[in-house]
Amino acid sequence: MSGELILVGLAGVLTAAAPVLFGVLGETISERAGVINLSMNGTILLTAMGGFAIALASRSVVLGFIGGMVIGGLVALVVAFASITLHQSQVAVGFVLALLCRDLSYFLGSPIMGSTGPRLSILPIPFLRDIPVLGLLLFRQDVMTYLSFLLIAAAWLFIFRTRPGPMLRGIGERPAAAYVRGANVNRLRYFYTVTGGLIAGLAGPIYSLSVKAGWKGTISGLDGIGWIVLAITIFGGWNPFRAAFGAYLFSLLQWLGLVLQPALPGVPSQVLQVAPFPLMILTLLLVNIGNAEWVERTLARLPAPARRAIARILRAMNATPPSAMGTPFEKE
Amino acid sequence: MNLLFQLIAVVVALGLTTVVLIISRAPPLRAYANIVLGAVGTWDEFSNVLVSWVPLLLVTAGLILTFTVGLWNIGIEGQIILGAIFTTWALRLLQSSGMHPALILTASILAGMVGGALWAMLAGALKAFGGVNEIFGGLGLNFVATALNLWLIFGPWKRPGVASMSGTVPFPHELWLPTLTAQSRLSPSALIIAIVAIVVVYFLIRGTYFGLRLKAVGRNASAAYLLGVPTWQYMMVAFALCGVFAGLAGAIQVTSVYNRLIPAISSGYGYMGLMVAMLVNYQAALAAPVALFFAALNVGSIQLPIVLKLDSSLAGVLQGSLVLLVLLGQGVRQRLFAKGKSA
Repeated sequence: MSGELILVGLAGVLTAAAPVLFGVLGETISERAGVINLSMNGTILLTAMGGFAIALASRSVVLGFIGGMVIGGLVALVVAFASITLHQSQVAVGFVLALLCRDLSYFLGSPIMGSTGPRLSILPIPFLRDIPVLGLLLFRQDVMTYLSFLLIAAAWLFIFRTRPGPMLRGIGERPAAAYVRGANVNRLRYFYTVTGGLIAGLAGPIYSLSVKAGWKGTISGLDGIGWIVLAITIFGGWNPFRAAFGAYLFSLLQWLGLVLQPALPGVPSQVLQVAPFPLMILTLLLVNIGNAEWVERTLARLPAPARRAIARILRAMNATPPSAMGTPFEKE
Repeated sequence: MNLLFQLIAVVVALGLTTVVLIISRAPPLRAYANIVLGAVGTWDEFSNVLVSWVPLLLVTAGLILTFTVGLWNIGIEGQIILGAIFTTWALRLLQSSGMHPALILTASILAGMVGGALWAMLAGALKAFGGVNEIFGGLGLNFVATALNLWLIFGPWKRPGVASMSGTVPFPHELWLPTLTAQSRLSPSALIIAIVAIVVVYFLIRGTYFGLRLKAVGRNASAAYLLGVPTWQYMMVAFALCGVFAGLAGAIQVTSVYNRLIPAISSGYGYMGLMVAMLVNYQAALAAPVALFFAALNVGSIQLPIVLKLDSSLAGVLQGSLVLLVLLGQGVRQRLFAKGKSA
């Protein structure tokens, strides 16, 4: 394979990672505030179908994206209402929504199945696009891919470098302490859950208007991506940069699966398509194993130098979830 | 009071589905009539409902155990698949061994139960020793199970000369679970197994020391641990038992419904079982009728694309809105009730 072809492939990896990034960063914000939005798989399918339907009817890609955001926000609102106001299990409500939104997208989307609609065009950035290597890789993308680059940095800055950032982390970690410091915990949780939903709502339209343009119902190949998004959120340790790394790694592995296919004729394509999942479990294991009690106990028995080395590696990989995630907050 | 809220939830869910139907310019009443007729119109159709009731009831029975101990066994889908794979593997291994067919069938179904249990315990081990949340471990394992299934069907167990999406070579007739009639896929023995399973789970939770301890771990794991209940061991056992039921469901799919291994062998029964378990509030008593209702919706909607040009996912829409509204209704009731008490 020539160098240029590889570059084009890698640029495609960045494009394909954009929707995953929107999903992961939206979920990260929501979970930072203490709310798991487990509906992601349904959200992505419903926003993909809805965004495409709106764009098809209005002939406007922009309206398609806005429609996707609104749908994503509404689904998140249901999760927020059920968990924050009604104190129902976030996991249960999210799971039901994941299935319900999926079936809704298949049912409502069946009339527009296979239609050709508008799609996002590539927007090379003048001057920057001519930089060797980087131009081809980074600056001949579409708007949403550029936005995905910006969103990584913006989310990180917001969480770790702005005034509301510590409050966001606080309501997910120690809601009682945040409340004492004057935060309206439940209202903020509503706000961040819906914000996360609005961001994640862009993931679907990015698929149906760009990465996998169109709506093809059950064979769209989108069923399952939402579950991966949730796994990458954990892998990312609720840190936007690490989450971005996970999203790009996933996208790269999927691309490699396609590229390596001819070299491995004995392996059916369906297997290569899912190759990232076992790796995902493995990484989840690595990310979490430092939290397990027996690991600590075993470590304590090791000689000091080995213990320190292993502990350092485990700490580097470790990700501890926001401690109040999934639990409702009730002021006494 | 509780019943009233549940009735309201059902009515609102029907209302929502009707709105969805109206949005897609479909005649709601005809659609509903079609589903009902498609499920119970003829004996053939109703026997198909029973065919899908069996695996659904089995996985629901298993899930009630994991829910009781406080686990979200979302990996159930993969456990069904592994059950089907192990059963197929045993059947392939034994079919030319000259053993009595009944013996081969029994051994293969047992192998399926072992397969489901092993896969479930893998999720359990990831949780107990790796700190991996069972939801994410289970989801990942579902994808791995799907890949393994596809690889076997397209690779080592490939059907010579035929498009592999149709599955492996069908097993000879004597290795099928006996069905009611020659055309029917309904096997009385499978029906009995499923009913026994839910009854066993009902009494296990209600009437045994084991069930009491499961509940204790589910209600408050750390308190149970302090009181001397070996917490993770109980979680592991619940996982394993749930895997046994899921594996059994997979084994029945192979031995009596499809008589071979197909790519969509789990047919989404695992996720549907999770919905049924939520709808019955994790109690075994109502699981059988609710699972029957869900199976009827699924079978009833199969005709929708042909008769009314509607997608059969309507069944899922109705099921999903039903569970969602029951959950919301529960929340509203608890809120109102709590307010009434404090006032």
